[in-house]
Amino acid sequence: MSAQEQKPKQEVGQVTSLYNEHEEWSVNKGDKTIHAKRMPGRFRTFKNFTESLWLIFFLAPYIRWHGNQALLLDVNNRQFHFFNLTILPQDIWMVSLLLLLMAMTLFAATSVASRVFCGYFCFQSTWVDWFTWIEEKVEGNPNARVKLDTAPMSADKFRKKALKHTIWLLISVLTGISFTIWFEDAFVYWHNLMHFNLSIIEWATLIAFTFGTYLLAGFMREQVCMWLCPYCRIQAVMADSQTILPTYDEKRGEPRGRMRRGTAAANEAKLGDCIDCFQCVHVCPTGVDIREGQQIGCITCGLCIDACDSVMDKVGRPRGLIRYASLDEMSGKPVHKLYQHPRTWAYISIILLALGGIIYGLNHLGAMTMRVEPERQPLFVSMSDGSIQNKYNVKVLNKTGKDIQVVIRTENTLPGQVIVDADKKHLVHTGKETGFAVFIKVPRENLTSDVTKLRFNAVNVDDEKMKASYDSVFNGPKK
Amino acid sequence: MSENHNSAGGVPTTGHVWDDDLADFTNQPPKWWMLGLTASAIWVVVYFIMYPAIPLATNGTFFKGVGLPGSGQWTAIKELETDTAVLDAVRKPYEDKLKGMEPAAILADADMSEYVSRSGKVLFSDNCGGCHGQNGVGSMQTGAKFAQREQGLMAPILLDDDWLYGGEVETIYETIAEGRQGMMVAHKDILSAAEIDTLANAVAAGTPTATPLFAEKGCTACHGEDGKGMHAMGSANLTDKVWRFDGSIEGIKQTIKYGVNSGDPETRVAIMPNFTEAGKLSTTEMKKLAVYVYKFGGGTAPVVEAPVAAVAVDAASATEAASAPAAQ
Repeated sequence: MSAQEQKPKQEVGQVTSLYNEHEEWSVNKGDKTIHAKRMPGRFRTFKNFTESLWLIFFLAPYIRWHGNQALLLDVNNRQFHFFNLTILPQDIWMVSLLLLLMAMTLFAATSVASRVFCGYFCFQSTWVDWFTWIEEKVEGNPNARVKLDTAPMSADKFRKKALKHTIWLLISVLTGISFTIWFEDAFVYWHNLMHFNLSIIEWATLIAFTFGTYLLAGFMREQVCMWLCPYCRIQAVMADSQTILPTYDEKRGEPRGRMRRGTAAANEAKLGDCIDCFQCVHVCPTGVDIREGQQIGCITCGLCIDACDSVMDKVGRPRGLIRYASLDEMSGKPVHKLYQHPRTWAYISIILLALGGIIYGLNHLGAMTMRVEPERQPLFVSMSDGSIQNKYNVKVLNKTGKDIQVVIRTENTLPGQVIVDADKKHLVHTGKETGFAVFIKVPRENLTSDVTKLRFNAVNVDDEKMKASYDSVFNGPKK
Repeated sequence: MSENHNSAGGVPTTGHVWDDDLADFTNQPPKWWMLGLTASAIWVVVYFIMYPAIPLATNGTFFKGVGLPGSGQWTAIKELETDTAVLDAVRKPYEDKLKGMEPAAILADADMSEYVSRSGKVLFSDNCGGCHGQNGVGSMQTGAKFAQREQGLMAPILLDDDWLYGGEVETIYETIAEGRQGMMVAHKDILSAAEIDTLANAVAAGTPTATPLFAEKGCTACHGEDGKGMHAMGSANLTDKVWRFDGSIEGIKQTIKYGVNSGDPETRVAIMPNFTEAGKLSTTEMKKLAVYVYKFGGGTAPVVEAPVAAVAVDAASATEAASAPAAQ
């Protein structure tokens, strides 16, 4: 027996000692609702401000511009409207640059200051924050909430719970509506909604968003961050030893211990600054203990910093026991300046490239675009007079507000080149792409190569300045 | 399965033992799993009949499947019919309009002519592409496959502006509807080898009238005094750069010697079938094809003044029209 009892002790320091921490290891699987305390402070104020940016999501669709919705992602009609700007599917490549831009902004911000997005901007964090704020207003402080949760059902409990869930559902419905009206006219949608006259897709979107919001922000809360959200895992990879994030200053804080009245001064000197008051844990919206170090549950919202600072003020010790600090700083290595972070520069350069592409795209939208596709079967036709004829399928897209007529010309001219019916006007309807065939003949002997470059122009008949170009080729027999 | 025993714990096994003590349990799969399997097997039969997956098509009729009441009587055939009905409904106004229109009128109407361009491709590939090639590029009757009769093109290229019978849209329609079969007699017994040689060289150079033989031997009767051919009889223009048959000197000699559709075993063959008699195409479809072929780029602009018949008969005016710049 004695041999068996001794066995685990022998293994300390061995491979199996890895499993010893199993006993202390706990995972937040959502079996306990986290009732976080709300305390005022610098980061609380900042978070309130950044979260209020989401009001744009609710209000912006009501902005009108020249009688139409200013911001409208009109998927049904395949047009995006941004004030004066209309983006047709042909310009949608800019959206990929926009996505790249946003992804890289996220990466850059994360490499500098960790999960800034999670803590201050994320819709999940924001909605949860709003929902718990309402919870506090209706049901009281965290202690009162815990008591209410465990109390048997009573008229008062029912009233409070009903009120809370009603407000939650109202916000959820409004979220669903606000999402939808980015994709169709806000006022038309409200009118149809009031008359219960929505399409299946509209109902499905509204219901999915309502219950999605209600469920995710009302019930799942930090579980979403920990177990559903991919960005949580991605962003963790973006942080390195130079990244600043809310950190507990272990050297200063440990050994932690409660302050007791009448304790010998000598004894107190041995203790660190942490008074083990658990305020940092109580205010945490995801319920983590920051003193255990950086972890997946930490959304870096800084609320524990507010809490700790207020406690430090009270006990008369300097602030910053928990503060934004990098791993380098904590482990005593030299702290680099922000501009000495190559990773961030890499992200920034990609951001600039994407931004440059978008600016270029917006400046080159043009009122009209054309595409020229040379016929491939056959590449050319020998005509009876010995000339070579090429057929081109031309497509002209009219992005202006009215129908236009265009003629097709070429910018450079092959010797003896004839555009069949060169003066023919082609009608192109507004917002539409119209296709037609254009034939070009060149005497065989004038061709110096089997492929000759040819640049096409589509010119608006009424406004010669409005034109679109496309580079194509003239095919002939092998030389 | 001789003995179901397990030495280890009395659990039934299949009775097979490997490597001294390894055996297979005969545990039943869970009940839900067996129910699922049975239900799937029944569903296979039901779906087989519903879909239907029974390949029995006789005399143009086939089993159309039995739809289940719960599924809104769904069968795959019904779904196909619904979908094609949607397509037909879109096409109907165009098709109806086409019925009452002459080919020239279709051509003049931008919308209709665009509709024909889009919808004519399948029609052309199915009915014309076999001889004229995809997109009318022509198909060569040369190489080992055609060792019996190498003659250059199997059927004319439809993209150029050279037409045996005329490139007006009405003439093209006539060609499709009634077919064409030109004729050139075999000259191997009429002309000497030297004469054939002289004529072939003149034709190859694009100047058939350069040799007096051209008029003397009666070539002008069909190919015209200027050698430019006659649309009325479908004789080839010998002065241009487009060759119906092999355009080499050897090829030309071959054509002169054995003729076209002459009955000689070595003859060139050029037969455009009569699509009305063949009964495969409706009048509307033939009209569509005429416009489709015209729009390849070689069509001859319609002569507004002269009636269609006159154009076909009056070879001179047709030739004139042919040399005018092609429309579209």
